[in-house]
Amino acid sequence: MNIIVCLKQVPDTDSQIKVAPDGNSIVTDDVKWVMNPYDEFGVEEALQIKEKMGGEVTVIGLGPKRVTESIRTALAMGADKGILINDPALENSDALATGRALAAAIKGLDYDLIFTGQRGVDDDMGLVGATLAEFLDIPQLSIIVKAEISEDGKSVKVNRAVEGQTLVIESSLPAVITTQKGLNEPRYASLPGIMKAKKKPLEEKTLADLGLDPSQVGEGARKLKIMELTPPPQRETGKIIEGETPEEKAAELVRLLHEEAKLI
Amino acid sequence: MDFSLSMEQEILRNSVRQFAENEIQPVARELDEKEEFSYETMKKMGELGLFGMFVSEGYGGQAMDYVSYIIATEEIARVDGSHAATVAAGNSLGIGPLYYFGNEEQKKKYLPKLCTGETLWGFGLTEPNAGSDAGNTQTNAVLEGDECIINGSKIFITNGSTDITKGVTALCRTGTRDDGRPELSCILIETGTPGFEAREMHGKLMWRASNTSELYFDDCRVPMENLLGPRGNGFYQMMQTLDGGRLSIGAMGLGGAQGCFDKALKYSNERVQFGKPISNFQVNAFKLADMSLEIECARLLLYKACWLRDNDKPYTKEAAMAKLHCSEVMYRCANHAVQLHGGYGLMKEYDVERFYRDQKLLDIGEGTSEVQRIVIARLIGGL
Repeated sequence: MNIIVCLKQVPDTDSQIKVAPDGNSIVTDDVKWVMNPYDEFGVEEALQIKEKMGGEVTVIGLGPKRVTESIRTALAMGADKGILINDPALENSDALATGRALAAAIKGLDYDLIFTGQRGVDDDMGLVGATLAEFLDIPQLSIIVKAEISEDGKSVKVNRAVEGQTLVIESSLPAVITTQKGLNEPRYASLPGIMKAKKKPLEEKTLADLGLDPSQVGEGARKLKIMELTPPPQRETGKIIEGETPEEKAAELVRLLHEEAKLI
Repeated sequence: MDFSLSMEQEILRNSVRQFAENEIQPVARELDEKEEFSYETMKKMGELGLFGMFVSEGYGGQAMDYVSYIIATEEIARVDGSHAATVAAGNSLGIGPLYYFGNEEQKKKYLPKLCTGETLWGFGLTEPNAGSDAGNTQTNAVLEGDECIINGSKIFITNGSTDITKGVTALCRTGTRDDGRPELSCILIETGTPGFEAREMHGKLMWRASNTSELYFDDCRVPMENLLGPRGNGFYQMMQTLDGGRLSIGAMGLGGAQGCFDKALKYSNERVQFGKPISNFQVNAFKLADMSLEIECARLLLYKACWLRDNDKPYTKEAAMAKLHCSEVMYRCANHAVQLHGGYGLMKEYDVERFYRDQKLLDIGEGTSEVQRIVIARLIGGL
């Protein structure tokens, strides 16, 4: 079973995010970049399937040179090969252009299954899985918490959590699965793994290598424009509910939720 | 001049940091309180590859450079001193002498399992009456026929008496040199050898979740092939080992200082007094600025010492400086961190009290701060 994992590099969730002077991007100077946590679930799932069924895991990232570190991290976890799609024209691509470029890189490969995170923790769009599946014309199974490959390796049964229930879906392969928290516990890149990863192949591709035209990607091709970024509002100080007895406090809480917060 | 780390070193730091925060942080306080060595975290650290980092692949090691080893130790120390002690002693003192001075047979016999973390090895140098004066070792070994017969005791030996400790390297007096001074040799003594007993020590101020032991040798007989390297080389081997060991103690100081700073910064930004976060008061902001500055300097010094070692240049002086400075930087950072936490800093709940206690060992273990100053003074032409 040959599996592809698409990963994105995002600012570490511990990083302090500041809006840049242009008002629609962030200051990246002090940002620590890490593999999108949802994509880590994809890497782990791919490795577990490989360990059970054999095959190869290829990791594909898109972005500037720094993304190599996240790809190498996936290789250190146990993936076999890496591809970095790196072209200045790709800067500020939206989910459509990202899906287009990833699909172009994947088309020539021999694959049975593709994993990618259900969303990136940076802009939370959650669209690349769908655009990628569309460009490759294969099924997409989104926000998945469990994946079982059939013994013959021709289909997959997945679980999605829906309103406290579980939706079980079956699909033929190849397919795109977008991963959700709960799917697995990603392993750490072990020290021997980090050393082994040094020798694993990592290819770099430009738009020309993928046969894409720069006008199809980047800022110019955006269907969605970011108008403005604003930091979240400062959290207001909490309110301590006064009262002599639990009953009094509960009554006051209900009153506030109803009259002030208008939640009930 | 290039100050950037390699990509492998960056990945290593991220991975060990995640590991430490997810696997060690949640249990560190309780293990400290119970004064308990955890076999569970030990196993996990072994699986991650934290033992045998500088050992070549042929013996089961990771074949990494010393900077990488130091980064890994630093990241564990950022979260917990006890676990960092297990790693630093396991590598520098347990694995180190066997790897650098052992013969092929000894290396093949012991290193592979030490490198997976399945076993540990102690380093028996300090004695009740031979601390800073290590040359005054009293533990005696009579080399008779094809056996060494050992009598004496060692104290404060890290990793010396865990359930998975496979043995110890002990510095023993094996005779008298021509110049009248004692001839010292290192001897490998396996756990379970009749006449050898290792007892766990309790009641420690710091490193309470690391294993510390007293070793007793009572007519303990081991075969002559257990000599480590040539007879009479013991003192030299111990000093070489301590040069490298000092870098890992430096890493514990640096990592501990970083942990103190990270906690102090977070708390200072959250704690509100007089209507604003306490980090907004200049008196506190300056403490944080000083900590950050001192940590930066300590890191540069320590990494430079490691770089010297990785490039086969003399590094004894820089190792002593790094060990001394990093320990003292952590001392000041731990002090500031507790101060910034105020009353809460005195409570176990906020962890900085543990860092405050754990720091004290760094001024004492693997050569006291005073001994480091002697080493530096000698090497700059003083004394």
